[in-house]
Amino acid sequence: MSGLTKSSIARKVVMALSGLFLVFFLAQHFTINITSVIAPDTFNEWSHFMGYNPLVQYLLQPILIAGVIIHFVMGFILELQNRRARSISYASYKGSANASWVSRNMIITGLVVLAFLVLHFYDFWIHEISYKYIDFSPEDPGRYHAETVEKFEPIWRTVLYIISFVLLSLHLWHGFASSFQSVGFNNKYSIAIKPLTKLFAVLIPLGFIFIAIYHHLNPITH
Amino acid sequence: MKLTLKIWRQKDASSSGKMVEYPINGIEGDMSFLEMLDVLNEELINKGDEPVEFDHDCREGICGTCSMQINGEPHGPDRLITTCQLHMRKFNDGDTIVIEPFRAKAFPVIKDLIVDRTAFERIQQAGGYISVNTSGNTVDANAIPINKHAADEAMDAAACIGCGACVAACKNASAMLFTAAKVSQFALLPQGRVEAVDRVQNMVRQMDLEGFGNCTNTGACEVECPKGISLENIARLNREYLSASVKG
Repeated sequence: MSGLTKSSIARKVVMALSGLFLVFFLAQHFTINITSVIAPDTFNEWSHFMGYNPLVQYLLQPILIAGVIIHFVMGFILELQNRRARSISYASYKGSANASWVSRNMIITGLVVLAFLVLHFYDFWIHEISYKYIDFSPEDPGRYHAETVEKFEPIWRTVLYIISFVLLSLHLWHGFASSFQSVGFNNKYSIAIKPLTKLFAVLIPLGFIFIAIYHHLNPITH
Repeated sequence: MKLTLKIWRQKDASSSGKMVEYPINGIEGDMSFLEMLDVLNEELINKGDEPVEFDHDCREGICGTCSMQINGEPHGPDRLITTCQLHMRKFNDGDTIVIEPFRAKAFPVIKDLIVDRTAFERIQQAGGYISVNTSGNTVDANAIPINKHAADEAMDAAACIGCGACVAACKNASAMLFTAAKVSQFALLPQGRVEAVDRVQNMVRQMDLEGFGNCTNTGACEVECPKGISLENIARLNREYLSASVKG
């Protein structure tokens, strides 16, 4: 990792590229998840493919985990370095006069998203790993929809997911557009980037919130 | 106008400082902020107290010397101005004004409101120049045709007066806007392209060595810059650096 952190601009670029990769993953995740509402059979089919395809399991999944780790480890490194760069703080500092709350508090929104990822991994990823590699349960291509809907039965989990998606939206609101600036794309041709990234930052988390609420309100009756 | 000033007082670089309160009367709206401090200092000197040390030079917004944080913002609440261009009409009777030095590890306090900004000079010395043969055969700069748009953008970047407001405003104390302006003013011109790879690498290396923070694109620097240096310059610096890393 030391090579990636050798200059402040290299660190920015690593944050930006890992962030853009995670944004791409988020869009793909949403595309699959929305089928759990509109076409449960398709959801089962796609989830089974993602869960058992060797390319997804042994290549793309490790790359995704590496992307998440690089993004948050680099985020911590940047935060610590930035705090050290101002050892004596101001008695009066009006940050809101010149920058948005979201842009100044990426560490807070990022930490909430990270805490959510722990719950999300516990809910789905650990469950999958134990189903396949610990319990050696047989392949069941029809189980995914019911398992997902069941997760949203308790109100506390649905509320936690909603809060996390609001914070994710705030994180994306600054982070998505910011990543283009970090890789040097800010000129007369990039004028559409900002509104498009803001639209993504609102619509995708809103879509995830809709899915969580929908499944909470429409439990599978046994 | 009657005001209460809370000013950072620090004897020297090795002493620890503290905020000291000074009531002040008879301030006119037409006075500049520095003239208001002059009035305070006259009172302090007449009482036999140590005057408040602050940096100032041209008092017309060109030199970038008058660095101070006023009520939480570099150069105070107004936009596109330096402290010497800030007028007391921006404040109301009875206001409390907090005045502090620019805070950054790379800008250590020398005394009271004066900070050492030679870190900026060292960044400039690392590459903020072009090498020109002055042996008598110097080519007239105007002999090289330059696109008007590029010339305008280079001139906009060159408007940076190195005041340090970008560092002071940034929550990370990052010097990215200053370095970006100094790289951009050459990157856009043919004369600057010759040494472009070494320039950006050396200036960014020096910027990091000085202990400035990392840019997180909050945009505070652009808002507080008295010369309106745009964030596009930081994007250009990033492009220049990435391209230099590939080439060099």
